[in-house]
Amino acid sequence: MAKSSLDKKFDQIRKREEEKTFSTKKRSRIVNKFLNNRLAVLGLIIFTIIILASIFAPLLSPYDPMRVDLRSMRQPPSFDHWFGTDSTGRDVFTRVLFGGRVSIFIGLGSAILSAVVGIAVGCYAGYKGGWIDVIALRISEIFMSFPQIILVLLLVSITGQSLFNLMAIFILTGWGGMYRLARARMLSLREEEYVQALRSFGLSTFTICYKHMLPNALSPIMVNITLSTAMFILTEAGLSFLGLGVPLNIPTWGNILNVAQDILILQNYWWMWGPVGIVISVFVLCVNFIGDGLRDSTDPSQQG
Amino acid sequence: MKKEILKLRGVKVHFPVQAGVFNRIVGHVLAVDGVDLDIFRGEVLGLAGESGCGKTTLGKAILRLVEPTDGEVKYISQDDNETELTSLEKKDMDPFRKKLQIVFQDPHSSLNPSFTIFGSLQDPLKKFGIKSKEERRKIIGDLLEAVNMRREYMDRYPHEFSGGQRQRIGIVRALCLEPELIVCDEAVSALDVSIQAQVLKLLMQLKKEKNLTYLFITHDLSVTEYLCDRIAVMYLGRIVELCDSEDLYNNTLHPYSEALISAIPVADLDKQTKRIVLEGDVPSPVNPPKGCPFHPRCPKATDICKTEVPTLKKYSTNGNEHYASCHLIDLPEIS
Repeated sequence: MAKSSLDKKFDQIRKREEEKTFSTKKRSRIVNKFLNNRLAVLGLIIFTIIILASIFAPLLSPYDPMRVDLRSMRQPPSFDHWFGTDSTGRDVFTRVLFGGRVSIFIGLGSAILSAVVGIAVGCYAGYKGGWIDVIALRISEIFMSFPQIILVLLLVSITGQSLFNLMAIFILTGWGGMYRLARARMLSLREEEYVQALRSFGLSTFTICYKHMLPNALSPIMVNITLSTAMFILTEAGLSFLGLGVPLNIPTWGNILNVAQDILILQNYWWMWGPVGIVISVFVLCVNFIGDGLRDSTDPSQQG
Repeated sequence: MKKEILKLRGVKVHFPVQAGVFNRIVGHVLAVDGVDLDIFRGEVLGLAGESGCGKTTLGKAILRLVEPTDGEVKYISQDDNETELTSLEKKDMDPFRKKLQIVFQDPHSSLNPSFTIFGSLQDPLKKFGIKSKEERRKIIGDLLEAVNMRREYMDRYPHEFSGGQRQRIGIVRALCLEPELIVCDEAVSALDVSIQAQVLKLLMQLKKEKNLTYLFITHDLSVTEYLCDRIAVMYLGRIVELCDSEDLYNNTLHPYSEALISAIPVADLDKQTKRIVLEGDVPSPVNPPKGCPFHPRCPKATDICKTEVPTLKKYSTNGNEHYASCHLIDLPEIS
């Protein structure tokens, strides 16, 4: 009797099993789930391309982002200048690449640092509870109730514009959200019996909350880091557009957009603000896709 | 001669009830309300009672996972040194943490999902002075074999195990520092019956091999009957009856224990048992009823039960000590 195709397939599997040629490479369920999410993978690819392009900017472009070239002012996109040139003859493509370095550094750096602060405080306060928790909660509320833009204005007027001032403000206003997320997770985790078991051994608070509990609280925090990276990049762009963010001599995506304040440029020279606007949108979109993918793949309640 | 390992004297655990904007304390949940109990070396002491009567809280108070509000927990070492545990500083508690361990109820939340078995068990060992990794692996491996599991399982994650296996890993965790007393907090209640028997058998076998003492917390009196040397019955944060397990079934003194025992299913068609159905719920432990806490549900309650709180008195049945707190016992009290 002829074997059905299903039987053949089964035989093949059995044969491979006997020969132990099954791939032994173990990929975690989370990675698998993430890779099955097409949007997230697309986002990850474009995200990587943009980051690599920014890092290797000097190799990709022959121009200096700061060099003024008065002979080629306001040229439309051409083979020499892919995104054209701006009012002082600087190559816009080069500036977008170099601007990406600073913008992504600000976004990712602020997100990671505010997560570090938020987690450090949130884990300890959430686990210990009591007055430490109450005080930390109130402090975070105070920081979160300040409008970012007023803080920026204040600091700019006191110390002047700088990249690190901007990051400091992002961290000051951003750690509260991470803190609350970490605290909420810890509050539910500390009632789990494995935590009680660790306490019954008299292990130190630090070992229990940072080593044993934190890994279980990390997945929503990772998602939040990606999402706030996107948010910080947008805020930086917005502030720099207003002229309040990073000093104008440093190329960032926001500073490149800054020229669009001039109605003449807005109407006649679309290449000075159009491409960079698209790059910002695409990058933020990608980061959000990655965040969504991470959330879906790490959420244990959606584990199929 | 029986020697005590733990003496509880007037242990109380009260949880504050907070309300309003300023978290004003409006009352206390009297989870454990004055428990005196001696646990002897090498015995299995059952602690029975329905949900919410404070069994688990009492077990955790012994280990100071919950701080007792009042009362004393005395640990008596093998060479008769008494130590009062509740007044110790956190770090002075460490040598006693080694002696007292706990097995939890829920096998699904009692293991850390992000660590392998070895990963989550090695920190306690490290803390108590086992420095080399090989030695730690050997200890955990030996214990895994002692609970009929394979040595290699220590490198697996909790989600790869079934409920019964996880519970056995929980037992390994409790055993890894060679304790003297293990609090089994409903250790088998979450397992199905065939696995329950397996785990109980294992617990008894380990007790023999390692000279353990168990405080066996359960709501299932049919389990305690075969397992325990003595049984304490709790109701609303207090012990209402304490005696040898045979006497509890044959010479029940307290009406609450009678009701609990009548609820055990009996696999005998000819045997007609009188089922005592208790009306209503356990009263709120925030403001327990005046008088005997059991009187609103007691089928035998009289006037004295409504006004006077009965104390735990000593009686004798079959020549054994038998404690009960009820006004309506007509046996002579022994001092």
